[in-house]
Amino acid sequence: MEIIVSVKQIQDPEIPPVKFKLDAESMRVIPPEGIPPVMNPYDEQAVELALRLKDKYGGKITVLTIHSETTSSIIKHALAMGADEGIVLADQAFEGSDSFSTAYILSQAIQKIKDYDLLFFGRQAADWDEGLVGSIVAENLGLPLVTLAERVDIMKGKLKVKRVTLDGYQVFTVPTPAVVTVSNEVGQPRLPSGWGIISASQKQIPVWGASDIEADPSQIGAAAARRKLVKLFVPVREKKCEIIEGKTTAEASIKLADRLRKAGVI
Amino acid sequence: MTKELITVGRKLSHNPSQPLSLLLIGQDTQEAAHEAASLGIDVWVVDDISFAESPPERYVALISAICQQETPSLILLGQTDMGRDIAPRLAARLGASVCMDCVELAIDPDNKSLLQSKPVYGGNAIAVWASANHNPQVVTMRPRVAKPAEPTSRKGKIAPLTVELDDSTIKSKLLKTAKEEVKGIRLEEAKVIVTGGGGIGGREGFQLLEELSQILGGAIGVSRVPCDEGWMPASLEIGQTGHTVSPELYIAVGISGAPQHLAGCSGSKCIVAINKNPEAHIFKEADFGIVGDYREALPSFIEKCKALLSISDSE
Repeated sequence: MEIIVSVKQIQDPEIPPVKFKLDAESMRVIPPEGIPPVMNPYDEQAVELALRLKDKYGGKITVLTIHSETTSSIIKHALAMGADEGIVLADQAFEGSDSFSTAYILSQAIQKIKDYDLLFFGRQAADWDEGLVGSIVAENLGLPLVTLAERVDIMKGKLKVKRVTLDGYQVFTVPTPAVVTVSNEVGQPRLPSGWGIISASQKQIPVWGASDIEADPSQIGAAAARRKLVKLFVPVREKKCEIIEGKTTAEASIKLADRLRKAGVI
Repeated sequence: MTKELITVGRKLSHNPSQPLSLLLIGQDTQEAAHEAASLGIDVWVVDDISFAESPPERYVALISAICQQETPSLILLGQTDMGRDIAPRLAARLGASVCMDCVELAIDPDNKSLLQSKPVYGGNAIAVWASANHNPQVVTMRPRVAKPAEPTSRKGKIAPLTVELDDSTIKSKLLKTAKEEVKGIRLEEAKVIVTGGGGIGGREGFQLLEELSQILGGAIGVSRVPCDEGWMPASLEIGQTGHTVSPELYIAVGISGAPQHLAGCSGSKCIVAINKNPEAHIFKEADFGIVGDYREALPSFIEKCKALLSISDSE
């Protein structure tokens, strides 16, 4: 099973809200000081699910990222987890790409890699929280798609995919090659092993630019974007919390019940 | 959700040149079609198998065929199991612009472009996007940001619509749709929700929360941590990757208040937070709070609630 996992580097989404800052003027989020960027957690879970498939059925995992620099710590991380190869897509022409352009760039790179059975994506990136790119790649390449997957098995040469729904699950079968977006129900991704870290540091990671993937310049970058960001702001919270106090927590909670009764909510 | 979408759509389609219609796909849809028509909206009915029985891929093919026929400028869906799946691919097929999980739509008075507001960075910020002159546009709306549409004096027209679909192009197959048994009230319908987070510390702690939710006639919810740790089923999760709820009373116990969780409950009328950490972000969103250990707070809170609601122990 040849699996390609597309991953994205983002600002750590687990930072406390007080550390979240943005510049409204330039409509950019200011990276929090002293907190390094991470692999999008949903993408890390996609790498984890790919590794589980490889553990069970064998095969090869390639990780792919679009990045502003030619080296990528998240590709190294995925290799250290156990992925086999990494590729960085870096070109100034990629800057400002929207989800459609991003999907186009990844589709071009995937076609250049050529041999694949399965394309994995995280269910969404934890920065813009859309969940578009994997689905658009499926459309670009004319492949079947299952979103929000928790589990993938191979059954009689087809994929059996369990999709998480709000109040249960669905099971799909799809022929390969196929696109699967991976949901958080996959659980904790594995930590890199010592050996994984050493072998990852020795791997060559090729860098592909726009011409390497034969990208049509009219399809990429800010000029190709189908929509424009016009405002980015932190919503104002107007609520003021009434802290109920008491000699003991138990006493406070009795007062709370009375207060809620008075407020008419219980 | 559909009634909420009608409210959102109606706000945007003031002028008669931009009518609002409802696309209803499924079998035995007569009753639903009449209910929708009573809300004053014209209904297109496509007699076909419902979403629960067909792979999303088939739905994408069906809706995109209809959109090519009827050329709508805006396609509204809910940010639901279905909407999340089909909206991106539908947009890609139609060459449309797309925005997921919007909380507000407006028309820019100057250039008439559609302004789409959506929470980003786990709810830490709101982004407003404009997709100027890009027709059509696909938008999914977050549940519960609009009021459901009410019946009107005008009755909508109901018209059948037929589409040709080549089923041999559909590659994925839906084998099974399973619903987990929900004990008691569904989260979306609950007036009171008691939710536990990482601070509960394990499965056992949820017994207190379950007792409280029963007394208040409510439902139990969880944040991400108890799901990830396997203490509670993922189907109870409230937040960005789970349910969106707006009960009268939301009691958050041992929840730090990450924006990703608040995304699912900030529409609640009254939020009560019980947390050991006075700095917890949940106190910024709550109306009432107790700083303390839930193990000390809940037993007496439960007793007091029983007394207030005149519930005797024998019941």
